[in-house]
Amino acid sequence: MSDLGDLYRELILEHSKAPRNFRQSPAATRKAEGFNPLCGDRFTVYLTIEGDSIRDISFQGSGCAISKASASMMTQAVKGKSAAQAGRLFESFHRLCTGQPHSNADAELGKLTVFSGVSEYPMRVKCATLAWHTLQAALEGKQETTTE
Amino acid sequence: MSVAAKSVSGAGFDVERARADFPILQQKVHGKPLVYLDNAATAQKPRAVIEAISRYYEGTNSNVHRGVHYLSEQATNEYEEVRRTAQKFLNAADPREIIFVRGTTEGINLVAQSFGRSNVQAGDEILITGMEHHSNIVPWQIVSDERAATLRAAPINDAGELDLEAFSKMIGPKTKLVAVTHVSNALGTVNPVRRMVEIAHSFQVPVLVDGAQAAPHMKVDVQALGCDFYTFSGHKVYGPTGIGVLYGRAALLEKMPPYQGGGDMILSVTFEKTVYNRLPYKFEAGTPHIAGVIGLGAALDYVNRLGLEQIGAHESELLRYATDTLSAIPGLRIIGTARDKASVLSFTIEDIHPHDIGTILDQQGVAIRTGHHCSQPVMQHFGVEATARASFGLYNTKEEVDTLVRAIERAREVFE
Ligand SMILES: Cc1ncc(COP(=O)(O)O)c(C=O)c1O
Repeated sequence: MSDLGDLYRELILEHSKAPRNFRQSPAATRKAEGFNPLCGDRFTVYLTIEGDSIRDISFQGSGCAISKASASMMTQAVKGKSAAQAGRLFESFHRLCTGQPHSNADAELGKLTVFSGVSEYPMRVKCATLAWHTLQAALEGKQETTTE
Repeated sequence: MSVAAKSVSGAGFDVERARADFPILQQKVHGKPLVYLDNAATAQKPRAVIEAISRYYEGTNSNVHRGVHYLSEQATNEYEEVRRTAQKFLNAADPREIIFVRGTTEGINLVAQSFGRSNVQAGDEILITGMEHHSNIVPWQIVSDERAATLRAAPINDAGELDLEAFSKMIGPKTKLVAVTHVSNALGTVNPVRRMVEIAHSFQVPVLVDGAQAAPHMKVDVQALGCDFYTFSGHKVYGPTGIGVLYGRAALLEKMPPYQGGGDMILSVTFEKTVYNRLPYKFEAGTPHIAGVIGLGAALDYVNRLGLEQIGAHESELLRYATDTLSAIPGLRIIGTARDKASVLSFTIEDIHPHDIGTILDQQGVAIRTGHHCSQPVMQHFGVEATARASFGLYNTKEEVDTLVRAIERAREVFE
């Protein structure tokens, strides 16, 4: 039996209650909206791209603790990174959430490894990855994405 | 006091005995006894239904209305017998008024396409309410868009009750049909359907009733309600998925064009002209879900045997008990507080998203539904993205409500 504590880790709860970079950014150069039709989670991710790097990132919206904490920690993790680096981080994060982490996942993901418990809850993978899908869409210049 | 004695409620309804009829309820989920409180999504199946379906496939399987051989005659007889069971279940005047469909969704789509297309013109209106399931919204939107007609929704108040006065005022000479849910799946509200039919009929407007959430919980009498169409799903009345019933008043059905074309719905076909079959076959194109019909018959027999009044009384008591105990939980808000409610308890908890509630409850064996319940306009009305919803069936007990409450307390601990 999976333990709830593996999913709702302290750091996740903390971020869900006090999300970082949780604001609109009217000056953003790109934004995309992500929507999970199954549970109604909805986030907008705002990006300010300078050259190839993510100079600023923020998000707004509503969702469950997992999706909100994931969005919050994502904004911290990708700030200052290039689009390609962010893409690789998402790939690694996705593998973590689906229970197939890279062997060097700890080094790649740092604090994001608190989401490893999600792999025990397949129904929640979409929650953990919604903000990341939305970031990807914003980087690719799409306006909207859904996790369906 | 013994558990059995505690659980006998209502007019001597023996819930422990009923529970024993449902094999699935005996299992554990995540190491905890299953507490199934997602009955509004679909109900579990009693052994009588499971066995009727097996018996059909093992002993009777054959196509209906086609063969001259023994099995086909048997299958046809059983199939038609269920039509009469469904007729009695709804107290319809005539078995020809009972059409087998895939479920409520198909029942509504049939009426929308067949009645809607032949009766709705540009500038006309179709009236629904603010508490409909998407399946009683979208089919009307499709027809309205096609016909340049307007879909209107009568408002609901903050308790989740229909504003009957506003509803009356929205009916007029342009209204071609009223479509209303008997019981709201998101809120539990029981609508005053009989009164609504009276109002609509005073304008000569026919009424379709979505009975998906009513049929499992109360005795339905379409003649007493006076409605023109009534539809429900087998799987919510302890029957199989993929089968349901549409009742339609014969006088209306006679005039309606077919919904789908194919075998069974015709009397004769040439390339120039097809003569449609009589009712109800005109609306049952192709080989039907025969095993589903047999299973539905067993399900209706089952609830009839237990008695819908007894079932309803038992569930009302559970709903009252659950409403009282959940209301005492700090931060818990009940969404849908109509005076007349059935089976459904929708709620939110401050600072805990319904999706997280759902996961934490599931870990304790408690199955509820979370999300918008296919009723996004209802969520918008109450200013929430989603709710958690417990919905009760005939086999649920007060002890299970207590488990629900403990599971909610656990969720509050996690999020403290
Ligand atoms: C009120 C209501 N109407 C219609 C439906 C659709 O029923 P089905 O999916 O069985 O066609 C449901 C099922 O959730 C419902 O609750």
